[in-house]
Amino acid sequence: MGDEGHPALQLTKAKTMAKQILTSIRITLVLLLLVSGIYPLVVWGLSQAAFAHQANGSLVQDAQGHTIGSALLAQGFTKPEYFHPRPSAAGSGYDATASSGTNLGPTSDKLINGILKKTSDGKVDPSNFDGVKDLAAAYRTDNNLAVNAAVPVDAVTRSASGLDPHISVANANLQAARVAKARRVSAEDVTRLVAANTEGRDLGFLGEPRVNVLQLNLALDKQFHRSGQLPQDNPIEP
Amino acid sequence: MTTIGWLQIAAFFLILLALTKPIGIFLHRVMEGERTWLTPVLGPVERAIYKLGGVKHDEDMPWTVYALALLAFSVVTLIITFGLLRLQAWLPLNPQHFGAKEMTPDLAFNTAVSFTTNTNWQAYAGESTVSYFSQMVSLASHNFFSAAAGIAVAIALVRGLARKSAAGVGNFWVDITRATLYILLPLCLIFAMVFVQQGAIQNFHPYQTVTTLEGGSQIIPGGPVASQEAIKELGTNGGGFFNANSAHPFENPTPFTNMLQVLMIFAIGAGMTYAFGLYVGNVRQGWAIFGAMSFLFLIGVSVAYVQEAKGNPMIAAQGVDTTTQTMGDAGGNMEGKEIRFGQAGATLFATVTTDASCGAVNSMHDSFTPLGGLVPMANILTGEVIFGGVGAGLYGMLMYAILAVFIAGLMVGRTPEYLGKKVEAYEVKMAMLAALILAGSILGGTAIASVTHIVNPAYWNTVAGTANDMAAANVNNSGPHGFSEIFYAFDSATGNNGSAFAGISVNTPFWNLALGIAMLVGRFLMIIPLLAIAGSMAKKKRAAASVGTFPTDNVLFAGLLVGTVVIVGALAYFPAVSLGPVVEHFLMHGGRTF
Repeated sequence: MGDEGHPALQLTKAKTMAKQILTSIRITLVLLLLVSGIYPLVVWGLSQAAFAHQANGSLVQDAQGHTIGSALLAQGFTKPEYFHPRPSAAGSGYDATASSGTNLGPTSDKLINGILKKTSDGKVDPSNFDGVKDLAAAYRTDNNLAVNAAVPVDAVTRSASGLDPHISVANANLQAARVAKARRVSAEDVTRLVAANTEGRDLGFLGEPRVNVLQLNLALDKQFHRSGQLPQDNPIEP
Repeated sequence: MTTIGWLQIAAFFLILLALTKPIGIFLHRVMEGERTWLTPVLGPVERAIYKLGGVKHDEDMPWTVYALALLAFSVVTLIITFGLLRLQAWLPLNPQHFGAKEMTPDLAFNTAVSFTTNTNWQAYAGESTVSYFSQMVSLASHNFFSAAAGIAVAIALVRGLARKSAAGVGNFWVDITRATLYILLPLCLIFAMVFVQQGAIQNFHPYQTVTTLEGGSQIIPGGPVASQEAIKELGTNGGGFFNANSAHPFENPTPFTNMLQVLMIFAIGAGMTYAFGLYVGNVRQGWAIFGAMSFLFLIGVSVAYVQEAKGNPMIAAQGVDTTTQTMGDAGGNMEGKEIRFGQAGATLFATVTTDASCGAVNSMHDSFTPLGGLVPMANILTGEVIFGGVGAGLYGMLMYAILAVFIAGLMVGRTPEYLGKKVEAYEVKMAMLAALILAGSILGGTAIASVTHIVNPAYWNTVAGTANDMAAANVNNSGPHGFSEIFYAFDSATGNNGSAFAGISVNTPFWNLALGIAMLVGRFLMIIPLLAIAGSMAKKKRAAASVGTFPTDNVLFAGLLVGTVVIVGALAYFPAVSLGPVVEHFLMHGGRTF
């Protein structure tokens, strides 16, 4: 069969083009209804019926029943009685409307050494940035570590999303002594709680063992007093 | 590196290997309109779509009409998307009241092109720019359409190779309908539900402000994420609901979902190789292609994993424990990576997403070590033929196969044949044209953007209030890494990948237009020459294999194919790669920062 005999070519070129454009408009509208209307709504209906907790963001509540965040999104912690998440590049830190990493390359001076400037009137420059060096020093100070102590890499690097809810087990264990001291409980008790809140690998071999910071902190509040409820000038027992 | 990390990579590959044949059989049955177990349910829907769309399902199109239909479909959906994005303020499901102020004309153009071409390059941050309606209708629809179009083009090319003395290569409308209805939709429905069960969200709530445990405040976003996530991977689209893409815990909550996502990205691409074998009547032809792809994949993932697990010596020098001996796979270069995936999960994803033209990311490629980051860059440079985008991977690899038999023919002095059909000047010209257009767009675009002074930068190139008169000033990193960011941008746009060395600020009119054009060039100026090959091959007679025939279904051919991909596909870029990652690697080990 030659090209001349083909029915599609018996139409003139202009007619073929007009026909294909018309078909594409019609079929686009039909498929749109299917893939952008029916499909996401079916998934929405089924997931709200079967997995409403997850579908709505895995929200978690404190003891009083107030929603305090999502188990899947890191939130900022700076007080010594709480475990601290990884540093964050999402917005000004843990901003869930601006998920992002630093996107600094491996030879970036900003990444390694940070930026520490003062403006002409002596204030801290808003473009300042803590480098790995600064983050490692702060981590050692916070946790009473020796000046040359090794710091777990996840504690001084920012995650891809800026919302990584987890820290490594090594990172959690190094923070346990500080948390125990601030809460005036034994380090063993806190370490035990860390172990109880460590998630293993999925199916035994996928991903890394990890500690969910928000859930661990909630478990801490449930089990122990918050130091904030004690007089500030109380001598802290060893 | 850890044993368990290698185990995860091995498990991924073995599962893929096991899925290739069943997916290939199903693809072949569906695309040829044979009965499957879904036909009783979906058959009536299929016929209704043809009726409503005005499609004559038994019309066989010559390649010119097929290409015309593809172009018409792309233009129509591109215009609809551009309009809907610009008008999002007046459309429903917009609790955050995003409007045309966020979605500027140049960004809407770039985004519409990006999703139409299966690139899903994102110059915007989803959670602060586009409404739920825009995500679900304007963008996610393209995830289906562009994937279905990719499958259609590949099948058309394969039909061209398989048919004897035929005028037509199939019916474009029938092909995209079948691909959407029988393959993409059912799988997406299942995987979206698994994602939700694991923690991906699927709601239409306004963003919710909560008081955190320490008394701060945090805004929790919402959206129909899981449904978009499933097609994002399966259709190798890669456009994330959120800025952080598959690194965001609401998109990719667990290591288990991570494994499913990488499998989904490769599933159809791998199945296509087997379907190809079925079409041409010799499944070994398909396995030879699969073997060449697997070899290139395994090299890439191994290099990336080893380099990232070794980490950045300059970070270790700050007294930081980066060794995987003590930290497990949470050691190594953790900048821009998530704990739950570890190095194996992150580098596997980075390799897979760039082997395929997916472009979803679960870690920030910009923060990879120089050689670790070279892997995703080089994967895209090959033309994404390592399993590749759905359909696009196979048609790209068949282009290399034609070049490979041509080169083999030159070496032994015989007329090259592929699948019993003579490969003549016309086919080789078309295949080389496609290869050269890609290289021209990537290298040309990078060169232009590296040196261009912009007239009236206040209009064309303002980043965070500063008008940059050099296009290259938009990079986030100085030194060779800054060059890598520009090179990767044109690589990703032309290759229709969509991943990024994301530090570069690309949401300005100059960059939105430049990269938008690169995406159009990379998609359509590659597809049209390939459809021309399909049309020309379909008309040819098939000669019986003789002793003089160079077999294309064995290890030797797979090796030749790998060599062709590396030499033709990647070597053109060697100087550019040297200026970026290679130089940076040595400087990093010399302790030099920028």
